[in-house]
Amino acid sequence: MIYFNNVSKIYKDATALDDVTFAVETGEFVSVVGHSGAGKTTLTKMILAEEMPSLGTIFFESVNVNEIKNKDLTKLRRRIGVVFQDYRLLANKTAYENIAFAMEAVGKTEEEIRSDVPHVLELVDLSNRIYHFPDQMSGGEQQRLAIARAIINQPELIIADEPTGNLDPVNTHEIVQILKKINDLGTTVILTTHNRGVIESIGKRVITMEKGKIIRDSKHGK
Amino acid sequence: MALIAFKRIIKNGFLNFKRSGLVSWAAVLVVTVTLCVITIIILLQAVLHFSLNQIKDKVDVAIYFTTSAPEDKILTLKSSLERLPEVATVSYTSADEALKNFRDRHSSDYPTIQALDEIGTNPLGAYLNVKAKEVSQYESIANFLKSDDALVIGSASIIDKVNYYQNKSVIDKLNAIISGAQKLGFLVTLLFVILSIIITLNTIRLTIFISKEEIGVMRLVGASKMHVRGPFMIEGAIYGMVATFITVILFWPAMAWFGAKMTDFLGINMYDYYISNFFQIFTILLLSGVGLGIISSFLAVRKYLNK
Repeated sequence: MIYFNNVSKIYKDATALDDVTFAVETGEFVSVVGHSGAGKTTLTKMILAEEMPSLGTIFFESVNVNEIKNKDLTKLRRRIGVVFQDYRLLANKTAYENIAFAMEAVGKTEEEIRSDVPHVLELVDLSNRIYHFPDQMSGGEQQRLAIARAIINQPELIIADEPTGNLDPVNTHEIVQILKKINDLGTTVILTTHNRGVIESIGKRVITMEKGKIIRDSKHGK
Repeated sequence: MALIAFKRIIKNGFLNFKRSGLVSWAAVLVVTVTLCVITIIILLQAVLHFSLNQIKDKVDVAIYFTTSAPEDKILTLKSSLERLPEVATVSYTSADEALKNFRDRHSSDYPTIQALDEIGTNPLGAYLNVKAKEVSQYESIANFLKSDDALVIGSASIIDKVNYYQNKSVIDKLNAIISGAQKLGFLVTLLFVILSIIITLNTIRLTIFISKEEIGVMRLVGASKMHVRGPFMIEGAIYGMVATFITVILFWPAMAWFGAKMTDFLGINMYDYYISNFFQIFTILLLSGVGLGIISSFLAVRKYLNK
């Protein structure tokens, strides 16, 4: 599904990614682990075409992400759901509207929005927060809302960039369980984290990065 | 499909305006200031225009005829003057009327009246008052009079004098002042309008700067450029509409006061002017406000969209 071929990202004074090559199959749950600055976030940004590689190529299915045109960028991003460490919710929209916005973006009808939004909020246990604004919700709730938004359009891939970075162990556990459930339903998940405990509780493929290089790629969560 | 998208954009624009609270009102305030500047300029232009017209109206050229000039010749001249494209009006005063006017004007000046009585005959000739459409056109009218052969009987002209030549320097000066005032008015207007636009543009840029993260998030969840930009443009249009209403409401009592207190000084009743041109002023303000809001938002969002 995703193919990184000898990808490097070089900034003026630093190398964020150094000759990275790997592939992710459809339906996989891949955790990318490493210290801050190891290149995890750069890697996810490249899949979303937020950053372009200095060298090498990236394919998402048959789409060459390096050469993507502006009009195709929107199409690419609609196939990917993203969850960030800092949630990145729309601050002046309620929980309902945050999810409805993502549905409106892909052109869903009002009926679909009215029927799907309560469902997905129930799935992430936020039924009682429908009309709350993000700043009226706890960190864990905001992250669950972000996940709901990421999955609402049934993307082929979920990218979760340090989704548990700001959360306590209880909320971390909940988020990991939700992501596992999403993966069980057939969606590919790429999760970045620096939390070893998270990876051990998932028990699936782990790519370990250090200073922009992949130093280990193990199939069963070590 | 497109209709649904358009409806959503409008709805989101209104919601954003409502929820942005103070930020929205700060933007409305700045647009209001801009629209007030535009209104003041419109009103000043009206005062300037009115005063210039009044001055222009006071200028005319009188053609005095000799006492022996036959009336039919004068009337022929009058009708040929009226045919000139530069001429606005020509009024004829016969020798008898001229005498009557003179007597009326000097009714309390006994020695003059007595002198007039002693002469016995009417010493005054008939005259034509010519008003040109523009102050600058008096010269060509004067030239016409010089060249017209019909004004000569035998070897003597029927025209005694044309006061244009005495008033020429005053008329020229007035002409220069009027065109100068109009040019200056235009330049000042242009300057203020440009300044206001820059200030509004920057304020709206600041309000959108606050939403810069959100614009990025919207793009990341797959929203098209129009889906992101649309609500901001609607919000900009709302700033313009609200500011227009505030401006016309603010100027209402201000103009009423001006109308009551300043009519004598300005020579024009500003309240009457405001009311009778209300629809035009309102339309200009609405178009400027909404246009400014939409264009500023469009430009401001563009910066964060291409990510």
